[in-house]
Amino acid sequence: MNLLSVQDLQTHFIFRDIDHQLREAKALNKVNLTLNSGQVLGIVGETGAGKSLTAQSICGLLRPPAKIVGGSVTFQGRELLTLSEDEINTIRGAEIAMVVQNPRSSLDPLTQIGAQLVRLHQTHTGGPLAGSRKKALDMMQAVGIPDPEGRFTAWPHELSGGMAQRVLIAMALINEPKLLIADEPTTGLDVTVQAQILDLLNELVARFDMGCMIITHDLGIVAHYCDQVAVMFAGEIVEQGPTREVFLTPAHPYTQQLLAATPERLQLGVKSQLGGQPPDLFNLPTGCLSQDRCTLATEKCGAPPPLIEISKGHLARCHFVKPAEKGRSKSNE
Amino acid sequence: MSELVLSTKNLSKRFPVGRSGSFVNAVNGVDLSIKRGEVLGMVGESGSGKSTIGRTILRLTDPSDGEITFDGQDITTLPTKLIRPMRKDMQMVFQDPWSALNPRMKIGDLIAEPLRIHFNMSRSECNDRTEVLAERVRLSADFLNRTPSALSGGQLQRVCIARAIATNPKLIVLDEPTSSLDLSVRAGILELLQELRAETQAAFLFISHDLGTIKLISDRIAVLYLGRVVEEVPKDKLFSDPSHPYTQSLLSAHLPSDPNETLQRLTLQGEIPSPINLPTGCSFHTRCPVAINSCQSNVPEADEISPGHLVSCLRLKDGQNIIRRDLK
Ligand SMILES: Nc1ncnc2c1ncn2[C@@H]1O[C@H](COP(=O)(O)OP(=O)(O)OP(=O)(O)O)[C@@H](O)[C@H]1O
Ligand SMILES: Nc1ncnc2c1ncn2[C@@H]1O[C@H](COP(=O)(O)OP(=O)(O)OP(=O)(O)O)[C@@H](O)[C@H]1O
Ligand code: SF4
Ligand SMILES: [Mg+2]
Ligand SMILES: [Mg+2]
Repeated sequence: MNLLSVQDLQTHFIFRDIDHQLREAKALNKVNLTLNSGQVLGIVGETGAGKSLTAQSICGLLRPPAKIVGGSVTFQGRELLTLSEDEINTIRGAEIAMVVQNPRSSLDPLTQIGAQLVRLHQTHTGGPLAGSRKKALDMMQAVGIPDPEGRFTAWPHELSGGMAQRVLIAMALINEPKLLIADEPTTGLDVTVQAQILDLLNELVARFDMGCMIITHDLGIVAHYCDQVAVMFAGEIVEQGPTREVFLTPAHPYTQQLLAATPERLQLGVKSQLGGQPPDLFNLPTGCLSQDRCTLATEKCGAPPPLIEISKGHLARCHFVKPAEKGRSKSNE
Repeated sequence: MSELVLSTKNLSKRFPVGRSGSFVNAVNGVDLSIKRGEVLGMVGESGSGKSTIGRTILRLTDPSDGEITFDGQDITTLPTKLIRPMRKDMQMVFQDPWSALNPRMKIGDLIAEPLRIHFNMSRSECNDRTEVLAERVRLSADFLNRTPSALSGGQLQRVCIARAIATNPKLIVLDEPTSSLDLSVRAGILELLQELRAETQAAFLFISHDLGTIKLISDRIAVLYLGRVVEEVPKDKLFSDPSHPYTQSLLSAHLPSDPNETLQRLTLQGEIPSPINLPTGCSFHTRCPVAINSCQSNVPEADEISPGHLVSCLRLKDGQNIIRRDLK
């Protein structure tokens, strides 16, 4: 059984605009994802493609006018989308933890950071206060906050961007969750601290058999820390597979475009590397959502492309992707 | 008109810690200069004072010590009243786009705000310019009627960039401006900055943890550690000739996006020191793999090892500052 399985998840923004017209932005269209215990899954993709929204939908953190209109999310075999608010709140913070993209918003500005960590531990794990305090200090140490004792009483506004980020990661890990969803957890951290945190996550994944989903724009993180990668475009996962395979033989045209724009390969002044505008969520094209930007597109792409299994566990949503030839084993390639 | 848009001398900033009488030494004697049309990149440990430097040079917070010269004028102690009209020429893109934008305003009004404050524009001129700005940061007109909560992180970052470039400032501080952008949009923004500097000769301080991006956009790069510049290096030397031990460890932690490239990481031992009690001597000595006794007591001076390449390390002279040969 997968630790987390997301099937055809659809989240839309439904609201009335200034002229009282009912409008619907189809932000998540078909999100299909699986994640196993002991695995790290990287989610990459265009800005605005719906990565954060996917994470929020899974964790029950959506706010109106966002609404889940279809699909299913199962965690350890249990459907999450039909749970009551109380039920999902008990799971979130304990078994499922999330590091949100906007660190300051999830820190309580009126509580010192040590107290926030202790409170979280008390709510979900409990036990003597001294134990929670020790756990909080240990976590601060583990995420590389210098002088944890001294910083225990710091207020959120006194922290640098990266320090706030680390406090948030400590908060997510303090109850030893089964699933960690981290939305750009290391932006704002220098690469040495980033490495320390990613190593820590890796260690926890192995030690507690945790599943971990990392949303990032940093392909280096995916290349070196993620077992699996999923690529998002316009509210769809267009490709998912083992990282090495996707990076070395990207199947979907958008994945190919993305991998070509890494800072190592990019040259300023060569405009062809830049994609166009993403599709209008209020008015999605029928058929393949990337057709307007895709160099391979033909009339065929006016119909929705199927999700094709290229090889075991490597899937892509494109009319021109072919399953790898059967009977050709890796060894004679 | 001065060739130098910005220079600082011995810039320092301390924050009091509660009522304890001690201080967070966020910035400790920084000398910087940026010429017209130049991009100075800034990298460094998180908490090393990059954002504080950015805010201080724009006088968004007051320095504790040192001098700031902007466009030929000493602005170190200039009263806020006189700074305000200068804001048109000095803008900042803040690290956290969520708290930088008024959540109740429409995106269109947010982008137009600096235009309304600083220029005497008619409403229709203002609207036209707002649309041009949105297009330049690759936001479609549809976003202009939304409020910030209806935008993704990367979309908000682009709103902040549009606001900062609206008045064609002489100096723009960009604090992690592209961290939430996918690679192709990021490339578009970098292109935009290149165009701007060609058009308006604007100067940029570009703060980022992404070494690849820093190398692509900057002319020179300042490497910070605990509120001090430990190395200042022309961009083509950053990867080929990193000369301060901290810079070397930083580069070794850079993750290439090719999964086949093996990592040869050099992990620093020891805890990151607290800026409340700065280490004596070289502030890196507590974690430096090649430190010697004198590093604990002597503060290294900046040495110009080749034109424009400055390094502050006591072991530079004896050639023992290199912690791993294969990095070179
Ligand atoms: N209230 C709203 N009405 C319409 N569209 C919205 C609303 N709120 C968010 N959106 C859109 O939903 C899309 C998904 O946003 P999300 O924050 O998930 O993107 P993301 O992939 O995390 O991007 P980033 O990498 O920039 O953080 C965005 O294109 C955003 O503009
Ligand atoms: N208002 C404040 N009060 C007290 N300390 C502060 C304040 N603002 C910043 N600091 C401290 O000053 C130091 C430098 O912070 P700054 O935000 O400049 O770092 P940074 O280099 O931008 O880090 P990051 O890369 O994490 O954003 C940190 O130790 C921070 O905790
Ligand atoms: S001065 Fe000494 S401690 Fe500082 S970087 Fe050089 S060798 Fe290391
Ligand atoms: Mg996001
Ligand atoms: Mg900062």
